[in-house]
Amino acid sequence: MTTLFALCDCNNFYASCERVFNPALNGKPVVILSNNDGCVIARSNEAKEQGIQMGEPYFKIRNLVENKLVDAFSSNYVLYGDMSDRVMQTLSQFTPNLEVYSIDECFLDLSGFSSTNLLNYAWEIKQTVHQWTGIPVSLGVAPTKALAKLANKLAKKSSKANGVLVLTNPFHIRKALEATKIDNVWGIGRQYATFLKKRNVHTAYDFTQLSENWVRQHMTVVGVRLLKELRGESCLDLEDVAPAKKGICTSRSFGARVNTFEDLQEATASYAARCARKLRQQKSCAKVITVFVNTNQFSERDSQYHASKTICMPVATSSDMELTQYAIIALKAIYRDGYLYKKSGVYVTDIVPENQIQYDLLDKVNRDKHSKLMGVIDNLSDRFGRSKVRVATQGFKNTWQLKSDFKSPFYTTKLNDIPTVYLR
Amino acid sequence: MCRAKVIPLSPLQLEHLDFDYLESIKIPFFASYISAGFPSPADDHMEERIDIGKHLIQNPTSTYMMRVKGTSMIDANIHDGDILVIDKSLKPADGLPVVCFLDGEFTVKTFKRIGDKAFLAPANPAYEPIELTEEMDMRIWGVVAWVLHKPVKQ
Repeated sequence: MTTLFALCDCNNFYASCERVFNPALNGKPVVILSNNDGCVIARSNEAKEQGIQMGEPYFKIRNLVENKLVDAFSSNYVLYGDMSDRVMQTLSQFTPNLEVYSIDECFLDLSGFSSTNLLNYAWEIKQTVHQWTGIPVSLGVAPTKALAKLANKLAKKSSKANGVLVLTNPFHIRKALEATKIDNVWGIGRQYATFLKKRNVHTAYDFTQLSENWVRQHMTVVGVRLLKELRGESCLDLEDVAPAKKGICTSRSFGARVNTFEDLQEATASYAARCARKLRQQKSCAKVITVFVNTNQFSERDSQYHASKTICMPVATSSDMELTQYAIIALKAIYRDGYLYKKSGVYVTDIVPENQIQYDLLDKVNRDKHSKLMGVIDNLSDRFGRSKVRVATQGFKNTWQLKSDFKSPFYTTKLNDIPTVYLR
Repeated sequence: MCRAKVIPLSPLQLEHLDFDYLESIKIPFFASYISAGFPSPADDHMEERIDIGKHLIQNPTSTYMMRVKGTSMIDANIHDGDILVIDKSLKPADGLPVVCFLDGEFTVKTFKRIGDKAFLAPANPAYEPIELTEEMDMRIWGVVAWVLHKPVKQ
């Protein structure tokens, strides 16, 4: 059976999510800022046209934002995560096999659909996603994943394609390869691109004309796989759903510099509780916890300190209380007075499914009670928002909290945040 | 004094249990767990309780909610403070309230079809219906599937 893949990619995903619930932003430059409102991490086409660069620090565009020439938003991952889920669920009715590749990209296995009118089918997918979620997407369809990725890029750029490009005809595939610069090929990094250009390989087509041996010699087996994929021979299958994570890390830079133990303790306890919640969501427990703290390594004035401490707990757990307790023990061991801390984090490893825990003979913790309590807390968090009920060490000052001055509401996940319709 | 008894075991009597097997054992669900006595006659008739969410939301992927502010749709039974359950996957049908984006804000109008023309009509005589044309940059955002309304304003 001939293979056939589609890559569905959301156009300017973060900006599009904001626009669904704020349609006045359509046609206007929109940027999304990183955690802590530090720099630009996503842009609408209009913002790109204004010359705003990826990674541009916020202070450089503050003028544009304050004069309302650009709309800026703090990243709202709760919203983007939910909208991403909706897009993927919508896609899942078009094929039984799909691979969620990132928050805004998904490979669909369309092998077996070759007898259908692929262009129509791709358009139907695009229109359904747009209708159900409000998110505009582009689709590239081709016999291999690498070619589908390439088709997707061209679909976005070309006004004739208008967001959908099907590459099955050998002549079209060749034209597409010729039109793609080697720098823009999936899996070719900057170093390989420079290396190849020195050898007169400028387009994806030039690359497909290289000999397999030469590619293996200079670019390992990964390069060979890419070569075959671009020649139309499928080597990359859909990857299954990601297995339960082996390690979970929650770590943030602080909104302001933190120098008291109490503030650091609040932050660290909160991160430990976040880890605990993530563990419970994937129905697993962790046995090992690591806490680390950093000062700002980019500051030349401040004295520097980096430290971490790992604790192996007696029994694997996913309880807020236990994890925060051990996180604080670890933090106490590494905390030093007199530094301005910029970041702390909690990392849990040795993760096991919650039904395969090795218990301790001398265990004094009432695990039944803990798990019931955590169930109640998760329930309350779902209903009233994260951290409404918390372990007291998580504190109430939150001086360490991230700066997110331009955050949009949680339109789809919190009842108090749903949009308003005006009937006047 | 008591002597330990030796129980002879043949390997054939030992049942091999691996973890996969253990995991797949499911505990049956009963309405009552009386260890002795008469079993509840309801055990055979256990069903899930009614989930109002499932009833209100046919297609969770395309369903969103909005809160009403204002009174211009009272005649269409939509009141200030109500919650609207909106399904973006539904096609507007004659007489259904729809959410649209007009003059910079979300609003609700009744979708009306007269002949081969489509209109957005307010439920308020002070306003004129708006005719929907191809050139208009006006998209219907979603169709109102349910209006959640409390009997007494709180």
